Amino acid sequence: MKSINVPALARVEGEGGLYIGLENGKAVEIRLDIYEPPRFFEGFLKNRFLQEVPDITARICGICPVAYQMSSVYALENALGVKVTPEVRALRRLMYCGEYIESHALHIYMLQAPDLLGKESALELAAVAPEVVKSALRLKKIGNDLLKTIGGRSVHPVNACVGGFYSWPDVAQMRALLPDLEWGLGAALDCVRWAVTLPYPDLEIDYDFVALHHPDEYAVIEGDVWSSNGRKLSTADYEQGYLEKHIKHSNALHGYTVDGNTYLVGPLARLNLNHEQLLPLARKSMEEANIKLPLKNPYKSLIARAVELVQAYEEAILLVNDYNPKGPSCIELKLKAGEGTSATEAPRGLLYHRYRIDENGLVQSAKITPPTAQNLPRIEADLFELAPKIITMPEAEATLTAEHLVRAYDPCISCATHFLKLKVDER
Amino acid sequence: MRNKKPSVAVYKFSSCDGCQLSILNMEDELLDLAEAIDIAYFLEATRAQKPGPYDIALVEGSVTTPHEIERIKEVRAQAKTVIALGTCATAGGVQALRNFANVEDFANVVYPHPEYLHYLETSTPISEHIPVDLELWGCPVNKKQVLEIIVALLNNRKPNIPPYSVCLECKQRVTVCVLVDKGIPCLGPATQAGCNAICPVMGRGCYGCFGPARETNTSSLITILKKLERQPGETARLFRGISGYAPLFQEAADSILEDKVTK
Repeated sequence: MKSINVPALARVEGEGGLYIGLENGKAVEIRLDIYEPPRFFEGFLKNRFLQEVPDITARICGICPVAYQMSSVYALENALGVKVTPEVRALRRLMYCGEYIESHALHIYMLQAPDLLGKESALELAAVAPEVVKSALRLKKIGNDLLKTIGGRSVHPVNACVGGFYSWPDVAQMRALLPDLEWGLGAALDCVRWAVTLPYPDLEIDYDFVALHHPDEYAVIEGDVWSSNGRKLSTADYEQGYLEKHIKHSNALHGYTVDGNTYLVGPLARLNLNHEQLLPLARKSMEEANIKLPLKNPYKSLIARAVELVQAYEEAILLVNDYNPKGPSCIELKLKAGEGTSATEAPRGLLYHRYRIDENGLVQSAKITPPTAQNLPRIEADLFELAPKIITMPEAEATLTAEHLVRAYDPCISCATHFLKLKVDER
Repeated sequence: MRNKKPSVAVYKFSSCDGCQLSILNMEDELLDLAEAIDIAYFLEATRAQKPGPYDIALVEGSVTTPHEIERIKEVRAQAKTVIALGTCATAGGVQALRNFANVEDFANVVYPHPEYLHYLETSTPISEHIPVDLELWGCPVNKKQVLEIIVALLNNRKPNIPPYSVCLECKQRVTVCVLVDKGIPCLGPATQAGCNAICPVMGRGCYGCFGPARETNTSSLITILKKLERQPGETARLFRGISGYAPLFQEAADSILEDKVTK
């Protein structure tokens, strides 16, 4: 094999390139080039009033706007030293359910599954398996409907604010979602059964899994930062355990542990660390499908997403049934200078925010660490491990296997800073 | 009658992917749409790529790098009809807030090695670089309006995109005016309809993400908004938001800020 050239990697969120340098049949250099243009969010958040922040941070990502706006809302509430009501907390969890549903259904069926089924796209898949694709679209739509009911629209919803929500969603409209959510739970259980039958490439990696952990629930909106290597940090101490480096070939910062090691965030990390907190049906779906943990194959993150799809539907049904808005939807805020951090689990993994505000509630500094930035060094390391295998493959297969690996991460390159270009050079 | 399905290419420039996602979010229409058109290039959805020229190019995102200036010219050369999709493509988007600041300061805030980056000082709409046939505003675009544009083009008619302001949608939904009744600053009177007035319906003010409506009286709106300010500088920041680089909103914010200086 002399060189492989994929001018642009498809079915990822963003633009990046991939370079694989070979010497005597061995990979000597692998680079994931991120040429998604930088948009400087942390820069223009400066001097914005805190209540404007969630509307701006949502625009970091069209697929996971809820995670971005909610992480900033929590960090700003921490800066003010206020805590929201249990009703607000429950509605925030429900919004994440909506985002997990639309994002995971999109990734499982439209972004990754075509690789496992030898298709170029879900649309091509629809020609041979129309029922699978129709079911996938309905699964995804229900997540979007849930977001629309709470937030007015599914991309960049408008209801979240520091202190709670601008208004309580209508109870009747929320309950009207239940028949679809019940259908979705059944379809998500089918998704797990189907996911374990797919032909994943062999690759097992000893990851340092990092995710939020909460003793009483499958951590999404709050928790401590746990790792499979035993590190346990509070969210406020996240930066003592994890840092970002700026690499020359990338417009995204790269995340490492303070010891300089790579780590993995996302659905595999969450499921491996937090499976005991899964709801009963999600747990049962794993037992029935004979899913053994830890899952260490990056391609099998699809299986973890499928289990989380069950979890999100199951939790959404509980929360919609319990939805009973009481009191003000937003607590009153008293402005003061301060600093606050937060971490939540975006569908792609742990997302960290830190803000400093002045006494007038104006942002003085902002730091945002997206999940994909933390995973980039790990994707490169995985490609190194994959290299000896793909060198012996025919060119088209090698390209696809490497592309598939990157896609399995569900990278959100526009979050992290989009074109993935695979180039293999023989030296 | 055409006997060939029109080819459509979807491109991304500097953006959040939300407008492309609005196409994938047409869950009820996507499979039928894929029957009616030939999706020739749409990286976020498919690996398959057919070479141009294309009948329709849908462009998401703004121009923020030297490379994007070259790419957008290629898009124009390859497509009969170019449609700018969303507020990034029509007004530079939220990242155009850099146009009012020193972008190097921003780069220094975010990146330890700003010298590794290649970027332009400004984030600019597609129309500043190539002739654009149609602009659809929104952050994100309303997927029904995207569908309307495609269907109109397929049927060789003019798309029906309402030119009026958010206020009319608010009335259609029988929403109590947040500005008049609750004294909440709202850009609805100056903002193009299309979102279905979701912010006022939620009890909050519009923040202008669908860009300026035609024939709006921003100076009288500014007078009202300034009286309702909850924090100093709120009105200027409201105009200088997601659609801040749209000429009408730019002028509105400038007039407020200049006023402050002369006083």
